[in-house]
Amino acid sequence: MAYDDYIRKRFFPHIWCPGCGHGIVLNALTRSLDSLGFDKNEMVMVSGIGCSARISGYVDLHSMHTIHGRALAFATGIKLSRPELKLIVPMGDGDALAIGGNHFIHAARRNIDITAIVINNRIYGMTGGQYSPLSGVGVRATTAPYSNIDPAFDVVEMATAAGATFVARTTTYHVREMSKFFQKAILHKGFSVVEVLSQCPTNFGRRNKAGDAVHMMESYKNGTVVAGSADDVPGSGKIRRGVFVEKTAPEYCDEYARIIRVARKGA
Amino acid sequence: MMAKKQTKAKHVINREWCKGCGICVHFCPGNVLELDEWFKCFAARPDDCVGCRLCELRCPDFAIQVVVQSKQDQVA
Repeated sequence: MAYDDYIRKRFFPHIWCPGCGHGIVLNALTRSLDSLGFDKNEMVMVSGIGCSARISGYVDLHSMHTIHGRALAFATGIKLSRPELKLIVPMGDGDALAIGGNHFIHAARRNIDITAIVINNRIYGMTGGQYSPLSGVGVRATTAPYSNIDPAFDVVEMATAAGATFVARTTTYHVREMSKFFQKAILHKGFSVVEVLSQCPTNFGRRNKAGDAVHMMESYKNGTVVAGSADDVPGSGKIRRGVFVEKTAPEYCDEYARIIRVARKGA
Repeated sequence: MMAKKQTKAKHVINREWCKGCGICVHFCPGNVLELDEWFKCFAARPDDCVGCRLCELRCPDFAIQVVVQSKQDQVA
């Protein structure tokens, strides 16, 4: 199978703006699925609401486009009823950590075998550029015309603290790295989180004088550093990329099956 | 004498899907691609292509495919 067998070509060209990072994430994701060689019937993609959530409509897998922030809750239901399926949940920053913040931390705490991809463009793109919990101090948005005063979450630290057993961060500039992390995350048994820094040239770039998609991707190239490399020194002001957590812990569906066995023995 | 490893690449561009964002043009290490007057990408210098496929991997619109064939293969 070729990578483009995983997309629904009849819906292309897609709705995303010129230069939107979400297309690059979809591109890397389809190539990862192709490299892993999974059957389309083994995969389910569940998404919530937002630009990023449109991904589920463009992939030729079992897909569900659900309600805002609750994609992980729907995915948990699917996974518990059909544990043999591979679940992938693409989410935006607002979808994952504002509206769906509670679902996010509790899915991580349970360590259920779902791959969550947080596509972080630091803004609500679809609804017109409101600030999100990942925008950070100083960012301009339609709801923060004089710049934002809310500090941002760190997705990696938050997922790690909540108990996710695979946590990684990459950017849309580092496409080969992104593909590699997606493959690792999908193969990982347990809750895996991949944060992808992604450009929104229309609603973030224009308001914050970050330039067009090309300039924003240049900033990912120059403003990030591989965690653990020689350049990764405290106070460099660069965003760290890499795999931050990769460990094993009891998986939720396995534990559920185990407790059913325990209960039946008692009967 | 070892022949210099050369590649010959064909860039298959879907003009219907290309939105002219210029990511492929800017990040091409061989400076192969350009945007035309309709802001659609095209291979202006295909002989300079090293076949890295970074344009194909970074295209948000699935609009480029690079078909790489080494020149030695062609002779053989």
